[in-house]
Amino acid sequence: MNTISETRKKSLLYLDNVCVAFDGFKAINSLSFVIEPGELRAVIGPNGAGKTTMMDIITGKTRPDTGTVLFEDTIDLTKKDEADIAQLGIGRKFQKPTVFESHTVWDNLELALNRSRGVFATLFYTLSPEDKSRIEEILETIRMTHRKDEYAANLSHGQKQWLEIGMLLAQEPKLLLVDEPVAGMTDAETAETAVLLKEIAKTRSVVVVEHDMGFIRELGVKVTCLAEGSVLAEGSIDFVSNDPKVIENYLGR
Amino acid sequence: MISGFVFRALEGRIVVAVGILLGIGILVPALNLLTPPDSALHIPTYAMSLFGKYLCYALLALALDLVWGYCGILSLGHGAFFALGGYAMGMYLMRQIGSRGVYGNPILPDFMVFLNWKELPWFWHGFDWFVFAMVMVLVVPGLLAFVFGWFAFRSRVNGVYLSIITQAMTYALLLAFFRNDMGFGGNNGLTDFKDILGFSVQADGTRAVLFFMSALMLSLCLILASAIVRSKFGKVLVGVRDAESRVRFLGFRVENIKLFTFVVSAMMAGIAGALFVPQVGIINPGEFAPANSIEVVVWTAVGGRGTLIGPIIGAILVNGGKSFFTGAFPEIWLFALGALFICVTLFLPRGIVGTIQHGFRSRKAYKAAAEAEKGRDAQPSVAQAAE
Ligand SMILES: Nc1ncnc2c1ncn2[C@@H]1O[C@H](COP(=O)(O)OP(=O)(O)O)[C@@H](O)[C@H]1O
Ligand SMILES: [Mg+2]
Repeated sequence: MNTISETRKKSLLYLDNVCVAFDGFKAINSLSFVIEPGELRAVIGPNGAGKTTMMDIITGKTRPDTGTVLFEDTIDLTKKDEADIAQLGIGRKFQKPTVFESHTVWDNLELALNRSRGVFATLFYTLSPEDKSRIEEILETIRMTHRKDEYAANLSHGQKQWLEIGMLLAQEPKLLLVDEPVAGMTDAETAETAVLLKEIAKTRSVVVVEHDMGFIRELGVKVTCLAEGSVLAEGSIDFVSNDPKVIENYLGR
Repeated sequence: MISGFVFRALEGRIVVAVGILLGIGILVPALNLLTPPDSALHIPTYAMSLFGKYLCYALLALALDLVWGYCGILSLGHGAFFALGGYAMGMYLMRQIGSRGVYGNPILPDFMVFLNWKELPWFWHGFDWFVFAMVMVLVVPGLLAFVFGWFAFRSRVNGVYLSIITQAMTYALLLAFFRNDMGFGGNNGLTDFKDILGFSVQADGTRAVLFFMSALMLSLCLILASAIVRSKFGKVLVGVRDAESRVRFLGFRVENIKLFTFVVSAMMAGIAGALFVPQVGIINPGEFAPANSIEVVVWTAVGGRGTLIGPIIGAILVNGGKSFFTGAFPEIWLFALGALFICVTLFLPRGIVGTIQHGFRSRKAYKAAAEAEKGRDAQPSVAQAAE
């Protein structure tokens, strides 16, 4: 009991004993998972381990059957919906890159900007100089300044992934959840994405789900391995990848 | 703030369209009133009223485009909002008849006397006052859209399910308005109008003003719709259409965005209905027919959804075609309409304006790409490093 209250004190995100079943199939099975402020964490695990479902629970898309999900130690995320949770400061990149294809890169970022999101505030919004320089800054970070007027539909797969990461930055989240950001990227793009994520993690907490072990090594952070909806092992990449259970369940396959 | 909102609306195409609409709105009545009947330039009153009807349909299609073209809500019940606006206007016109009805009752419309009613139902009160009736033209469709949207969008009814329940909504209203005891004239609806604001609805002058008002309201609604879709809100709207969950996870309340748009659109449809009724001289439950709402979708698709101007053109062209066909070959009109929809879906999925716009855009993109190519040759290091 004592140890739990201690972990709870400094956690940004706290999941304890979370269970979710879809038609009787336990996608998440008494999962416990803690992220500290400023932490960059990698999550690995076989397909169907429940990684995406875990993100669904944190962001309010899926309600857990049982368990505790707390943000900043006090806010119960299971009582909130997607928009509330996004406004609290949790951003999410989907597994499949999801940007607004019929808008330009610039407009995508403008929409994501952390400004008042009400109907009338957006109807009468005009781009302020601060917002303009903030967007330019993000364009710089995601290396897309030269493509700012391009329709997002015309971007390559890797560029869409970056644009989506840029949109999350514009949202100024405290916690960023990134689902398989380098899937379908070239090696060069993968390496650049690792640099980008490390840079982003300097100012906020980031959870990255990835299959690509090379990429995980490049990140060089604490790793959590999920399987069948619960944590199999947690620690450094070398520790986790030498764990016999992890080898049997994931790496060995 | 507000001026920025309006200013943004007046993008080139919209200014041209508004200019044309207002030009027609002035020219047609002028030719009707100022030229002698035997002049080649004379526009007969029946033709003016027919075209006025098309303008009302165009406004209805514009309203649908706002929710369907920009927000992805395929409403198959917009005819209901149109009809409700029409009934609100019809009720005002009925009250204006006064004792000139067949039964000569100064308060009760003929159909109520016929049903042996002794007093005016509570919901008919106030409709003798024009301002009140015009407020109701907006409030009644707006309120129905609000209540409907509140439940539908909050429970995240989407796609084809939403379309089906909008269709059910208009069908339920059709059945309700057919009933005599609803108090809206049952089967026959409201008709035999005499005057509006003291002017005879049959008079050429009144018809001319109604025509001008149709063109004016269509123009104003076009400007409003353009201001909405060109604002940041409008960009969010397109986001909802293309990637609803992305919008949610960015922290927007999608249900509020949809609700606002749906209500604004329903009010536009109500205005269209209100202008329609005095020009055709009748409103009956047939206007709630599910097929009417589906026709609006066809007009919008033909003109090009998500273009604002396209649906206006589509509504006028298709209805012009309809008037021609039902005059010349009445039995094949429905087949022609069906064939038109299939052809547009197969060969012109963006509609008329959408296709032109797309062609224009690709040419621009092609030119831009060619420019970029040239730029790259000039300074290879920067461009390639950025790639
Ligand atoms: N909405 C859902 N309905 C039914 N089953 C689901 C749903 N979401 C996820 N699942 C199931 O839960 C399991 C975990 O899926 P997921 O979280 O996507 O795995 P991962 O992202 O680790 O590959 C899978 O077996 C998947 O089929
Ligand atoms: Mg997944």
